[in-house]
Amino acid sequence: MSSTTNPSTHHTSTIGAIGAPSRRNTELALLVFAVAIPVFAYANVGLAINNQVPSGLLSYGLGLGLLAGVAHLVVRKFAPYADPLLLPLATLLNGLGLVVIWRLDQSKLLQSIKQAGTAAPRQLLYTAMGIALFIVVLIFLKDHRVLQRYTYISMVGALFLLLLPLVPGLGANIYGAKIWISVAGFSIQPGEFAKIVLAIFFAGYLMVKRDALALASRRFMGLYLPRGRDLGPILVVWFISILILVFETDLGTSLLFFGMFVIMLYVATERTSWIVFGLLMSAAGAVGVASFEPHVKMRVQAWLDPMKEYTLSQAGVGGHSEQSMQALWAFGSGGTLGSGLGQGHSDLIRFAANSDFILATFGEELGLAGIMALLLIYGLIVERGVRTALAARDPFGKLLAIGLSGAFALQVFVVSGGVMGLIPLTGMTMPFVAYGGSSVIANWALVGILIRISDTARRPAPAPASNPDAEMTQVVRP
Amino acid sequence: MSELTLTVMRLGFLAVLWLFVIVAVQVIRSDLFGTRVTQRGARREAARPQQAARQAAAPPQQRGQQAGGGGRQRRNAPTKLVVTEGTLTGTTVALQGQTITLGRAHDSTIVLDDDYASSRHARIYPDRDGQWIVEDLGSTNGTYLDRSRLTTPTPIPLGAPIRIGKTVIELRK
Repeated sequence: MSSTTNPSTHHTSTIGAIGAPSRRNTELALLVFAVAIPVFAYANVGLAINNQVPSGLLSYGLGLGLLAGVAHLVVRKFAPYADPLLLPLATLLNGLGLVVIWRLDQSKLLQSIKQAGTAAPRQLLYTAMGIALFIVVLIFLKDHRVLQRYTYISMVGALFLLLLPLVPGLGANIYGAKIWISVAGFSIQPGEFAKIVLAIFFAGYLMVKRDALALASRRFMGLYLPRGRDLGPILVVWFISILILVFETDLGTSLLFFGMFVIMLYVATERTSWIVFGLLMSAAGAVGVASFEPHVKMRVQAWLDPMKEYTLSQAGVGGHSEQSMQALWAFGSGGTLGSGLGQGHSDLIRFAANSDFILATFGEELGLAGIMALLLIYGLIVERGVRTALAARDPFGKLLAIGLSGAFALQVFVVSGGVMGLIPLTGMTMPFVAYGGSSVIANWALVGILIRISDTARRPAPAPASNPDAEMTQVVRP
Repeated sequence: MSELTLTVMRLGFLAVLWLFVIVAVQVIRSDLFGTRVTQRGARREAARPQQAARQAAAPPQQRGQQAGGGGRQRRNAPTKLVVTEGTLTGTTVALQGQTITLGRAHDSTIVLDDDYASSRHARIYPDRDGQWIVEDLGSTNGTYLDRSRLTTPTPIPLGAPIRIGKTVIELRK
């Protein structure tokens, strides 16, 4: 494990990697724990709803355990020095999501209104696909720096993915937001994948341009003002995210991409002024679009006064989103310790209860204590991502890791903020827990890339070769 | 299912969930990694010269480490490089007989975030006798030892300020 350099080769001291942490056994232990928790939850739901341990307990437990085990073996083989926490944390979230989706499947109310009772098996299938992609990433991406070669191809790819839903005949307008495409009976959210591809582009681009963006600037009122021409890229990204907002009417995606760019720009240049500019520009954009785009405007109204929307909708005269208010009630009735798994009434949210609003079920059945733990687990994933960025030795890896974990954090914030009424609701999904194939698959790929970067970053450096310069150079003393 | 069982399961589940979070945080706490620098010879000898006699009787392997530098260690050999001014103030680098490069280039030992520094500005290295030398690598704005601009590789006295752009470094024991 530890690779202390051979003591006899150096002058007066040695450099060695501390512990050279291959923490695979820690990971395995945590993984067993992370599979056991959803199994416990599953049994709990079954006992609460049907008074018996659910018959599928063994198959769900084995299914999740098998997937996690395969993922662990692949990490052990192909990324032995990777971070020990990322895989167990993601597995736990995915398992909890499966349980809550299964719990909502049991609801008679949701079964009666087309929200079919078969979401959980499908989600298990999506999880398997996601872990398959995770494995593919780990096996075929030997070194994350390879991605740097595809900087501009990534840009084109990301734009393609983002604009795909606007293609007539392919894009599907589901519930007001045009962020899906339907291919062969599957609806896919290309935005989830664009998130990763775009992070690759930003990382490659900013790595090359960061000196120009950081150094060529004037100081004004404590802020570094960039030159006009350096403002180009941020303006372009801003404009594209406004276009997404206008044409796809999706606040979340637009906020995610612009926010990710601003975070990466800040990390690359260390200039606070970019954050100020970013906040001003996104505020201006959001207010501007919300004032004339009907779908976004409706979302903002439902955010400002959810009760009014609810009463209007109950009375059958307009009113668009009764779910916002239902979600707030779900959180409220959960209280501190929650009603217990399977004993809440969050199925009253009806529409999208197991996707966009799944957090409300967590809030009601696990209470404040459970929601806090859940958000902390998300926070830990982000922390490990940022830690990976700090440890990475190459600037591209640093920027990519910070971009991916920043996007992950923003997505968690946008969704949970939307469901809890902090910001207007957007059509995004909670990573790993919410029902939805694209989201689960894309986020497993994201974790795969983070694990690859962290493996490279934590791999013990080869023993420093004795520097020929120090001995060869003839020193001329004055 | 009885109310009691469900209540116990409800609270038990929350406890298990939090236990996982706490275990994860403990793993992070124990997850230290990075570079460990083990000082040998120079510091020990400088700090406790009386041990020299004991070290003479030390096993040959240990003596081998100390003779690695070629000659005898100097009494006043500096053991670290300290940044005293500039954005990196407070940074220290242990001197281990390796060349230290300074500049804006990403692969420098000390990466300077300084408009006035060149990408490969200067380097600091030990000569055969273990004396540390600073050499300007043809930088635009020059490297200053005390007040004078360097033209040739120059030995660094202990504690003398070396100025590169806005950054000042010095060698300390």
